[in-house]
Amino acid sequence: MRDAPKAFWSPLAAGTALGLALLLTFVVTGHGLGASGFVTRFAAQANDWVAPQATADNSYFGPFMAAGSPLLSWITWEVVGVLIGAWLGAKGAGRISVKVERGPRTSSGNRLVYALLGGALVGFGARLARGCTSGLGLSGSATLAVAGFVFLIGFFAAGFAVSMMMRRIWQ
Amino acid sequence: MSIPLYDSGIASGLLSGILFGYALEAAGFGSPRKLTGQFTLRDFSVFKVMFTAVIVCAVGLYVLRTMGWMGPAAVFIPTLFFWAILLGGVFIGAGFAVGGYCPGTSVVGVASGRIDAVVFAIGMVLGTSVFAWVFDPIKDFYLAGQGPTAQTLPQLFGLPEWVILLALIIIAAVGFRLGTILERSRGGPFTAEEVCAPDDEADDFALTSANARG
Repeated sequence: MRDAPKAFWSPLAAGTALGLALLLTFVVTGHGLGASGFVTRFAAQANDWVAPQATADNSYFGPFMAAGSPLLSWITWEVVGVLIGAWLGAKGAGRISVKVERGPRTSSGNRLVYALLGGALVGFGARLARGCTSGLGLSGSATLAVAGFVFLIGFFAAGFAVSMMMRRIWQ
Repeated sequence: MSIPLYDSGIASGLLSGILFGYALEAAGFGSPRKLTGQFTLRDFSVFKVMFTAVIVCAVGLYVLRTMGWMGPAAVFIPTLFFWAILLGGVFIGAGFAVGGYCPGTSVVGVASGRIDAVVFAIGMVLGTSVFAWVFDPIKDFYLAGQGPTAQTLPQLFGLPEWVILLALIIIAAVGFRLGTILERSRGGPFTAEEVCAPDDEADDFALTSANARG
């Protein structure tokens, strides 16, 4: 029996820490934080492993491959950092929890199908929007970019609407 | 020394990432139940953490510019492509409600042991690949409704930046109040005990697969 996990930080404390981390990133790099940029590069690389010629000819992945080694990029190191930072935090607070997390009325199998489906929607959407909740919603909005707030309007509107239709997945 | 430093090396990536991941995990964003609690109004952490971070960083950038330590166009500001960015946001909101994560939080989910986050990440790679393969036919849509380059809210509304910042702070304060009332009436917000405890779900999963194997 292990100790109970430590409480999460208050949203105000966690948000302030996140805002300062983002500000530091702007000061050091001139741009904000991201995540889907890494997924794009990884997807380009994965497609290259499966179908190199078709990937090189593809009008979206092609430029990534032509530039060489798509994974050798700042965003890759940043995502590796997120893994390390999140693991350190979870480990230190006893919050590592190896499981399929799901609502009480959803089976593990169904949960994994929803996770795959949701992931695919998010992957597609992030390319369409040219960024995700981190790159556009958080970093874009912190620069007061109109693009960031238009993204957030779409994100929250669809989140509430879909959640209303699929309430029982999580409740 | 002028800022930004424009350092996009390995150390800068690791440093930013570690702080980013640590803060997201501390907020509880490795848990898909806590994250999706936003949309069932049981947990306003997503709104609260995000708005606080946006305001802290936006005020910081404003101070750096006002003090003359940073130029007006020194940091990257995304340009609006109205339809693609709005619909992309819709896809991500929908995928978040169904799958439980966004790209950044799925990495936190993986780091804190969530098997569903690994599957979500595989889904993202598939969705990204589908986008690349249909890119040519949707390219016109992708480029439609382009706004002025790097346009910001103060430019859009023709107001001083401090007015916009003040408006955001007021919206956040109202949202915090309202959120706290709503989440309390629904038994939230989710605590670490509820979503991170070595609970029966993991046992259920083992049991289910054991049963499936017969």
